[in-house]
Amino acid sequence: METKVIVGLGSCGIAAGARKVYDKIEAFKEAENLQFELKKTSCVGMCYREPLVEIIDDTGTYLYGEIDEERALELIEKHINQQSPVKEYVVQSDLFETVDNEFTEDQVKITLRNCGYIDPENIEEYEAKDGYRAIKKIAGYSMSRLDVIQTIVESGIRGRGGGGFPTGLKWKFANNNKSDEKYIICNADEGDPGAFMDRSVLEGDPHAVLEGMIIGAYAIEATGGVIYCRAEYPLAIKRLEIAIGQARAKGYLGKNILGIQGFTFDIYIKEGAGAFVCGEETALIASVEGQRGMPRKRPPFPAASGLWKKPTNINNVETLANIPWIIRHGAAEYAKYGTEKSKGTKVFALAGKIKRSGLVEVPMGMSIRDVIFKLGGGIQGGKKFKAVQMGGPSGGCIPEHLADTIVDYDSVNATGAIMGSGGMVVMDESTCMIDVAKFFLDFTQKESCGKCTFCRIGTKRMLEILTNITEGEGEEGDIERLEELSYQIKDNSLCGLGQTAPNPVLTTIKYFRDEYEAHIRDKKCPALVCTKLLTYEVDETNCTGCTVCAVNCPVDAISGARKEIHHIDQDICINCGVCFTKCKFEAIKIS
Amino acid sequence: MRIERIAVKQEIEDLGPVDLDLLNPLIEKYKSKKGNLIPLLQGAQDIYGYIPRPAFEKLAAETGNELSDMYGVVTFYAQFRLNPVGKHIIKVCHGTACHVQNARALTTSLKEALKVDDGGTTEDGLFTLESVACLGCCSLAPVMMIGNETFGKLTGSQAVKIMKKIRISENN
Repeated sequence: METKVIVGLGSCGIAAGARKVYDKIEAFKEAENLQFELKKTSCVGMCYREPLVEIIDDTGTYLYGEIDEERALELIEKHINQQSPVKEYVVQSDLFETVDNEFTEDQVKITLRNCGYIDPENIEEYEAKDGYRAIKKIAGYSMSRLDVIQTIVESGIRGRGGGGFPTGLKWKFANNNKSDEKYIICNADEGDPGAFMDRSVLEGDPHAVLEGMIIGAYAIEATGGVIYCRAEYPLAIKRLEIAIGQARAKGYLGKNILGIQGFTFDIYIKEGAGAFVCGEETALIASVEGQRGMPRKRPPFPAASGLWKKPTNINNVETLANIPWIIRHGAAEYAKYGTEKSKGTKVFALAGKIKRSGLVEVPMGMSIRDVIFKLGGGIQGGKKFKAVQMGGPSGGCIPEHLADTIVDYDSVNATGAIMGSGGMVVMDESTCMIDVAKFFLDFTQKESCGKCTFCRIGTKRMLEILTNITEGEGEEGDIERLEELSYQIKDNSLCGLGQTAPNPVLTTIKYFRDEYEAHIRDKKCPALVCTKLLTYEVDETNCTGCTVCAVNCPVDAISGARKEIHHIDQDICINCGVCFTKCKFEAIKIS
Repeated sequence: MRIERIAVKQEIEDLGPVDLDLLNPLIEKYKSKKGNLIPLLQGAQDIYGYIPRPAFEKLAAETGNELSDMYGVVTFYAQFRLNPVGKHIIKVCHGTACHVQNARALTTSLKEALKVDDGGTTEDGLFTLESVACLGCCSLAPVMMIGNETFGKLTGSQAVKIMKKIRISENN
């Protein structure tokens, strides 16, 4: 077997320098006329070890992590030329155990089955991994539309975009509405800050999403398909375009697909233009039609009247990527994983103050604690775990004492957070929960489309109160005012954005009320984040008298001659924190 | 709400002549398609870096879209610009993961080094500084993107260093 050298070129890998590594290896291979096959793949999920280079030879597989240009040449020299693998850089291998096994051993990869293993720009590699076998099975066994829908219903899969609506039922509704034109839309407008699994699937396995759409199109008799993808994901769009071209050339898209008479279907990509609310299905449809992306009242639901007023079915990227696997393996095999009401697996994006950040796919029902501490390796820098934010701006913060909550739709909802698209942003003791709540309100306030008064003005008022609290202007009664506004916004907004926007505030009040009170009553930020509530002082043992702090102080609150210890006049100081960021000697203390 | 962005600096200004013939292939491609408004505007912005007033007028005249609809769409979506931008757009990610990993420090340092506000363009026209919601590179937080290149695990001074490198290569 010819030795293979595979470089992980997902967006995250490229940001970490993988493109340079690839170019370096390619140049070296040509210059030295070396015999091995150099290939590309996408992200395998181990973002914390990027850039990743895998070498597969006759002895086994070796996944090397944190490979810069210099190390890449060392690898080629030692592993390929001298046949001696460089064990110290190996993060995973089929020959021996590594510390990173903890990250992978409890994962079950269904959605991410091909990510990081195939070249996403090559349809043959997808086919070699049983790709397009599900649609061939449907054609070959003459599975009827209702058989396909029944399989999806029985698998128990629920929409992975956040809502958690049963996918099979959605298809059933769309199938029931007869029309000469119908559409299936893939929602790839992954807007939740902190979630990046859809990007990874689109970049790493675009054909799985296409096949899922083709199966969905068959099931509901769709005539046209649209992938609504964020413009912020240029690599995903590029790979989707390549994949659609290849699928057309091979007859997976077009007329009478795989000989199924009358099954004519094609897909095109619609680039989003940057509006979070377009993740909501009626807003998304308005955007595809070229209008302002504002949600409308339902019913009629898109299944009855959607794109161009025709029956339309909208599924999320992750949901669609699961579909071919379910058809191939059967509903029972999928439903084997998960809990009673949440079947299958879920991909989570681990980020924030966690040791191993990246993508993990676990069976529903694993505890949040296991995901963070076992797979994620715990908290960076030995700090204390405080909370995990789940569900993005619609979700909430789950505190440490509820970390044994299992991941399924209903258990996560019970905490006040939501499963959402699966972002898990981990926070430690140095994160201020009011600051986090303010961050999300700032986001939803900007992204509110403005249609509903409560969402448009209510979020603005909430943000003002939160800003006051973080700046030491909080008053007694603010917490109650926030709660009252929250319930009003939830009750009086048309779409999911407004209905869930107050969740980050409500959950932080529920679990971290003492922190709110410290800000309001004592004018203190326990996590030392809110600059206006901190006191800055010069640490006399570290001060060298370099004058940098005094020069940069915008209000001239710092005095002291060169090479002498400086002093901050607390009466003049406005707590802007500039001296702290400028000091190179850690001589500014915060309290 | 999104209207805030208009208040900042989003009136359509007349900034001198632009080559409108560049729009012809775009108009040809989308003219007869349903829902062509957003792709047309995206295409125009790709050509000019922003959407100049004469481009609006030409698109309206030749594709049958109303000017008012176009303005409505342009001011709704974060992507569209009505004013010229710098040659390099620096997008600093302020998603959740970047926020908790102190993305503010990147914006503060860049603001200071470039002497512009968030959303502003430098006097030499080289850089525009923007804050964006999430670039989807959460595991490398805090992150910024210049052009199509993403930089991760940054500090304020590293971000400034990257910007200065580009400035030096542009000035040579």
